[in-house]
Amino acid sequence: MDFITQHPVLVVSLAKIVGLMFVLMTTLAYLSWFERKVIAHIQSRWGPYYVGAHGLLQPLADGVKFLFKEDLTPPGADRFVYILAPMLALTLAMTTLALIPFGPPSVQWLGESTLIVANSSIGLMVVFAITSMGVYGIALAGWSSNSKYPLLGGLRSSAQMISYEVALTLAVVGVVLLSGTLNFNEMIAHQSGAFWHWNIFYLGRGSFPQIIGFLCYFMAAVAETNRAPFDLPEGETELVGGFHTEYSSFKFAMFFMAEYANMITVSCLATILFFGGWLSPFPESWTFMRYLPPVGLLALAVYLAYDTVVLARGIARIQLIVVTTGALVIGLACLHPVVLAIIQGPFWFLLKVGLIMFFYVWTRATLPRLRYDQLMSFGWKFLLPVALANLMITALVKIWPLLVNRG
Amino acid sequence: MTLPFIVFFVCAALAVLAALTLILAREPIHSALALVLVMVSLAVLYLLLGAEFIAAVQIIVYAGAIMVLFVFVIMLLNAGVEERTDYSKLAKYAGLPLGIFLLLALAYWMLESFIGKQIANGLGGTNASVSTRELSAQLFQKYLFPFEATSILILIAILGALVLAKKDE
Amino acid sequence: MSIVPISYYLVLSAVLFGLGIIAFVVKRNIITIFMAIELMLNAVNLAFVAFARAHNQLDGLVFVFFVIVVAAAESAVGLAIIITVYQNRQTLNLERINLLKF
Repeated sequence: MDFITQHPVLVVSLAKIVGLMFVLMTTLAYLSWFERKVIAHIQSRWGPYYVGAHGLLQPLADGVKFLFKEDLTPPGADRFVYILAPMLALTLAMTTLALIPFGPPSVQWLGESTLIVANSSIGLMVVFAITSMGVYGIALAGWSSNSKYPLLGGLRSSAQMISYEVALTLAVVGVVLLSGTLNFNEMIAHQSGAFWHWNIFYLGRGSFPQIIGFLCYFMAAVAETNRAPFDLPEGETELVGGFHTEYSSFKFAMFFMAEYANMITVSCLATILFFGGWLSPFPESWTFMRYLPPVGLLALAVYLAYDTVVLARGIARIQLIVVTTGALVIGLACLHPVVLAIIQGPFWFLLKVGLIMFFYVWTRATLPRLRYDQLMSFGWKFLLPVALANLMITALVKIWPLLVNRG
Repeated sequence: MTLPFIVFFVCAALAVLAALTLILAREPIHSALALVLVMVSLAVLYLLLGAEFIAAVQIIVYAGAIMVLFVFVIMLLNAGVEERTDYSKLAKYAGLPLGIFLLLALAYWMLESFIGKQIANGLGGTNASVSTRELSAQLFQKYLFPFEATSILILIAILGALVLAKKDE
Repeated sequence: MSIVPISYYLVLSAVLFGLGIIAFVVKRNIITIFMAIELMLNAVNLAFVAFARAHNQLDGLVFVFFVIVVAAAESAVGLAIIITVYQNRQTLNLERINLLKF
């Protein structure tokens, strides 16, 4: 116990990292379930529903499959780089989540704010630094496979990623201009109030609503994470495979997880920059809205109970009883005032991130794929000028009082 | 052995080992990856020296864009293994000892010079990190002309690279 | 004042610079030689940042910023030149590209 009180920073940081890793790995697995279900329902079919109740054990089955597949190395491949590439991709994709604030810094344990692992004063730039290193995972994967198609797929994919990085960064600078800081918590505090104070909507003194910025950011982010409709390097050569053709079993799973982790990172960034992060959309004076999380969870428990009673027999019923009990317990626990105060921030943050991920999956199910030259000309000739124009208009609006007072 | 010392020695050892790998590697791609490792460890050292913005710029621009360009070119040209010719051996037997002598001499002079001792004993200054606000104030007020000149330089570089890489029609 | 003496950073910068020179002299592949130049630039950047901390001024950091930008521009043009040389001579070995008389 002495050790804990003497080194609070170390202990709290370790606890935060372990908790975050646990939550992150579970979320990555269930994100694949979420994507398959949503795409299926858009396409008028059911998606995974057999493996568990509502297909909820499908990610577990996929994980077991990935672990038991044969793990081979292509002949003539550069062994060191071949093994390094997926590890690099996954590590970098997961590291950015250490900088994301999941809730207000006022939630503390042992004097350290609990809901953000690394509160850096240049948080936004560090996130961009780590995502710009993510290009290496794909380029090296393509190279080390010692085969023509993965090499071309890897080169195309990396060229696409570095092109859209420029538009991504420029789309975000408008928000930095409005907030005057690169620190995430301060940026969110700048947007406090109700939902009309968020950066995407706010039309006040010296502020320009960042709708164009958000749309540019979203399109650049979809291209940056190699998702549809920009997934030509891993889609068209899907007949052959793209940069991950020669990877099997767990290394392929690592690339898969890295892609989802990148999606999560980009959605979290969009929430923080444009939608107010962990802030509630309702004004602070509506204190009854603080009970929304437990009410929501209890409503979910009621729906699951209905499902348990009406649904078919057998093991699915037992699984649903477990999930219902879990939702009920957590919902009732949230009514306790201490837990209620802690859960406010993460609830709204995760809700907004979930909505943006739903848009991601919706885009994938709806839009056709872009050809490679269309993709590159879109990034350089449309997104970059539009992001620049947004930046210039935002800067003009921000310094307008200074210009008017001089003249 | 406080934490800053441990971080310094780990990053310094990583940087020197990676630089040695750059010299000793057979494949150019391994040299490129070693150089990326040097840059990343230098970025950590910049953080230790309190220059956080410069550390982020180093990773974004140097390790994340320039070295990606190097890796692209190595992959495109499929640059092969270094060959051993006679002239290379001459450079190795004459250049290498002189290079090592230069390295040791520079290091010794850095450590034992008057300025080196003065800085080791403390030349004043706080332990706080430089904020981005101060740095950008300097960049946009005192160094505005070089800033604009480098933007023109980058434009020239883009045009030059385009012209050079174009196929002759 | 940083807890680690600044002279340690200067020694590391000198060692990296020396290793860069050794790589420049010994290696035969022009891309590797180009990478040795980047290593030397990085070593110099470290010296600049160390001195900026020692004298508690920002000018060193601004200079590092400009060195990074100029290195970016130079490597873009340099790599384009290397690609053109490869297209003409089909080799990246330094001796084979030598057209000078002596």
